[in-house]
Amino acid sequence: MTRFSALSLFTKALGGHKGWEQQWPDAQPKPSYDAIIVGGGGHGLGAAYYLARKYGITRVAVIEKGWIGGGNTGRNTTIIRSNYLYDESAHLYDHAVKLWDGLSQELNYNTMYSKRGVMMLAHNVHDVQSFKRHIHANRLNGVDNEWLTPDEAKEYCPPLSIDPNARYPVLGAALQRRGGTARHDTVAWGYARAAAALGVDIIQNCAVTDIRRGPDGAVEGVETTRGFIGAKKIGVSAAGNTSVIMKMAGLDFPLESYPLQALVSEPIKPVFPCVVMSNTVHAYMSQSDKGELVIGAGTDQYVSYSQRGALHIIEHTLASICEIFPIFRRMRMLRSWGGVVDVTPDRSPILGKTPVRGLYVNCGWGTGGFKATPGAADLLAYTIARDEPHRINAPFNLDRFRNGRLIDEAAAAAVAH
Amino acid sequence: MFLIDCPYCEERRPENEFAYAGEAHIARPLDPSALSDAEWETYLFIRANPRGRHNERWRHIHGCGRFFNAVRDTVTDKFECTYKAGEARR
Ligand SMILES: [Zn+2]
Repeated sequence: MTRFSALSLFTKALGGHKGWEQQWPDAQPKPSYDAIIVGGGGHGLGAAYYLARKYGITRVAVIEKGWIGGGNTGRNTTIIRSNYLYDESAHLYDHAVKLWDGLSQELNYNTMYSKRGVMMLAHNVHDVQSFKRHIHANRLNGVDNEWLTPDEAKEYCPPLSIDPNARYPVLGAALQRRGGTARHDTVAWGYARAAAALGVDIIQNCAVTDIRRGPDGAVEGVETTRGFIGAKKIGVSAAGNTSVIMKMAGLDFPLESYPLQALVSEPIKPVFPCVVMSNTVHAYMSQSDKGELVIGAGTDQYVSYSQRGALHIIEHTLASICEIFPIFRRMRMLRSWGGVVDVTPDRSPILGKTPVRGLYVNCGWGTGGFKATPGAADLLAYTIARDEPHRINAPFNLDRFRNGRLIDEAAAAAVAH
Repeated sequence: MFLIDCPYCEERRPENEFAYAGEAHIARPLDPSALSDAEWETYLFIRANPRGRHNERWRHIHGCGRFFNAVRDTVTDKFECTYKAGEARR
């Protein structure tokens, strides 16, 4: 596989961009592997890459029921930040943000990670108190986060309305300057290409239908729509479908799957310099490099696997956007879509071992999994390779729902995040 | 947006009159102090979350205000039926 470089781009451009080789082969399943990752999103592909790159397990297959990056990796609003309240969360998300730095170089694939800053708006006294508490907690954990007055917020993001008579007045904002966005597709493709180069098989259009377990209870492999594939270690990174996969191994999980919608506007000239989140009114916005405003909504209220949500959710979000950014009132929306997010009771992920020997899980990222992609992938790979969790993901075990050691970011944020 | 049949009002109304209230038929423990940690975990946190037929609670919050149960397919989002609270699982 040839490496991408300025020279290779330039010479291929001279040839009309013809002659680019296939970036990774469309692998066919082999009878067995040392490890199988179920789910070909960024998290799963990344886990396969780190297994091969860092932890020396190269006989790995990624099994995806659809096409890679076609699930939540391709359906999110690409926000990256790590300003979470609790120590465990701050360490987990900051591990990911540190890996985002340098990921393009490591993968030789431009993930377009842009540290344009994530600004979270405070609209009421509760927001102000909660965000300031987050800022203090973050700084104690070495995570950058700072308080902005309304005028400073306006200076950082000029389209913002700070009119004190607005429907959602801006009383201030928390800004994480290291936060930002990345290009979602390139994350999946970059990991896939780099993993395949290390010998990982990436198998698409192959749905797992059962998990086979031996007489001792340990996993022996997976039944799929393309036959049985053996492996002593299986990592499940299946987002909204995790409950379904886990039931195949006889496990009931503390997860519920909800539709989460996003939409983009028609493309316009660069006007929006950062990411703005308003948790209180469920509106999240940035501008893509193509010029579209990328807007995220809240989840629908009911459990669903339909990958679509109701229009009134989007209307609610757009009404808020129009109040906060009156400049966009006459923008037209181009496309909307939904993903299925797996939500835990404490809104923190589950990342570690399961009661079934040889079965590992990375799930429960809810509405905020994209930002964690490199970190979750690395920690899942570590846990699979060592058969024990890394100290960063150890607190995010399944046992916490039994022993009560919850990491309650839901209560900390009081909203989806 | 869903159109939901309230079994009390006997009317089909839009979803924004209703509040979803989670999986149905999860009975509150009769003797809480006798529960083990594992039983508490199951009661509080473990959910069926099926891909398909789902028994769930809704509340007609901007109507009669009453809780009722429904069966809905979580892949097609189609309601199979709604029925009054206290009636047997369908
Ligand atoms: Zn009613």
